Amino acid sequence: MTRMGFFTDTSVCIGCKACEVACKEWNDVPDDGLDFLAMSYDNTGALGADTWRHVAFVEKTASRGGSAPPTSPPSTGGDSGVRWLMSSDVCKHCTHAACLDVCPTGALFRTEFDTVVVQRDVCNGCGYCVPACPFGVIDKREADGRVWKCTLCYDRLKADLTPACAKACPTESIQFGPLEELRERAAGRLGVLREAGVAEARLYGAHESDGVGGFGAFFLLLDEPEVYGLPPDPVVTTRDLPRMWRAAAGAALALAGAVAVAVLPRR
Amino acid sequence: MTDSYYGRPILKAPVWKWYIPAYFFTGGLAGASSTLALAAQVTGNRGLRRTALGAAAAGVAVSGPLLVVDLGRPGRFLNMLRVAKPTSPMSVGSWLLAAFVPAAFAAAFSDITGRVPRLGRAAAAGAGALGPVVATYTAVLVADTAIPAWHDAQRELPFVFAGSSAAAAAGAALAFTPVGSAGPARRLAVVGAALEVSASRAMERRLGPVAGPYTDGRAGRLARAAEACTLSGAALAALAGRRRPAAVAAGALLCAGSVLTRFSVVRAGFESAGDPQATVGPQRSGRGSA
Repeated sequence: MTRMGFFTDTSVCIGCKACEVACKEWNDVPDDGLDFLAMSYDNTGALGADTWRHVAFVEKTASRGGSAPPTSPPSTGGDSGVRWLMSSDVCKHCTHAACLDVCPTGALFRTEFDTVVVQRDVCNGCGYCVPACPFGVIDKREADGRVWKCTLCYDRLKADLTPACAKACPTESIQFGPLEELRERAAGRLGVLREAGVAEARLYGAHESDGVGGFGAFFLLLDEPEVYGLPPDPVVTTRDLPRMWRAAAGAALALAGAVAVAVLPRR
Repeated sequence: MTDSYYGRPILKAPVWKWYIPAYFFTGGLAGASSTLALAAQVTGNRGLRRTALGAAAAGVAVSGPLLVVDLGRPGRFLNMLRVAKPTSPMSVGSWLLAAFVPAAFAAAFSDITGRVPRLGRAAAAGAGALGPVVATYTAVLVADTAIPAWHDAQRELPFVFAGSSAAAAAGAALAFTPVGSAGPARRLAVVGAALEVSASRAMERRLGPVAGPYTDGRAGRLARAAEACTLSGAALAALAGRRRPAAVAAGALLCAGSVLTRFSVVRAGFESAGDPQATVGPQRSGRGSA
């Protein structure tokens, strides 16, 4: 099967949160609290067990943030205006997915679309995937005991439908399709923006050479990843696992040696 | 200072409760005690073999329930043996325990009842051989996460856990073994404490800014208390361990030190996960995928 994914082009995101709502509606995701977080228009906060799409809102003063992209809303006035950054975050469906690697039950698996999904009838809530994810995506639903995250609408994909968030997005900020096509489209869009003078535009997670082997859901950002709450250079933790086991083998030998030394008959 | 999204963490803190650091202690105690029991068996030290087998059985008896109650769905704990995944230290550990727990119980059962002595000796040998791995795999388990204070400590953490387990096993043996048979436990207390403290210090030195949680705040206070308990327990064992009251006190201090070390390491991971600078800083300075 062809690898399917998302390309989230944040340069055309208008912060409407239709993706958040559509995701909740389709996937029957419980509410994540009605809190006012005092983070611009963001009262969702972060991805989690009950938030599978999260729209980030960053307000930067235009003078500090460089040139505004042609598609961003007009600033509120002069050089002191606010430059808006809006971005709909989602599970990255990593090529090398740490959550999947460390899952001891096999509940997390790779689908025929090359996406990463939790089998809810298998997960026993051990929670290992939670600190393993370099993006802080997956989390445990306390009342339920299991972990939850974006499935890239596995059920809709099986029925040849577009995932709910992409379907609901009014500006095509969220694009769904075969990953190869999306990467080509993203490269083209990046070229257009650069040509229009948006020097800070960059792709995030579009390359297989990064620490997680590329994202199945990648982004076009208008600032450094950490500004959006994303890690700048994520690495799949299991990359170092052979080295870790070697260190543990050395430590196990040291422990055996310590015990041997302790019981040696003394002269 | 690097940028962050309203200062919010990038990573999710673990969802593990106190059961998990408690298990790191009981599992380490059981693992190192099994190895001490095997060494006692080989050298014909019956008194030490008995207490060490008892400590191992007690350790695994507590470990199982601790691991099961921490699950979000305890009824599904057998799903741990649904697959065998070398990429998951928790899966490796589950299979390890599936072999280690029956062996530790069988060895203790045989010792207490005097029945099936040959099987008991074989079980003690098996458990003793697996013991060092049981005591150290948990360090790989925490290092194999995205949390900087855990992941970046991958080189030293297994040695911290090995030393901490040896000190705990020595402590339990000291507290319950007649002084005439406890000589190896007194020496293991010193070697284990030295290993734990030196590995912890080496870890803090090498990690630099990422080590912050290990030295500051609540985890740092736990670490200092752990070191004080471990070192004073080892000193007491070495200097006055031939007197029963001192041996019992030394044993208690060593076990307390081991408990505190595990809670300190786990706490440090929670603090590291909550700090976006700890995630972004090292990745920006080229210690990410490079």
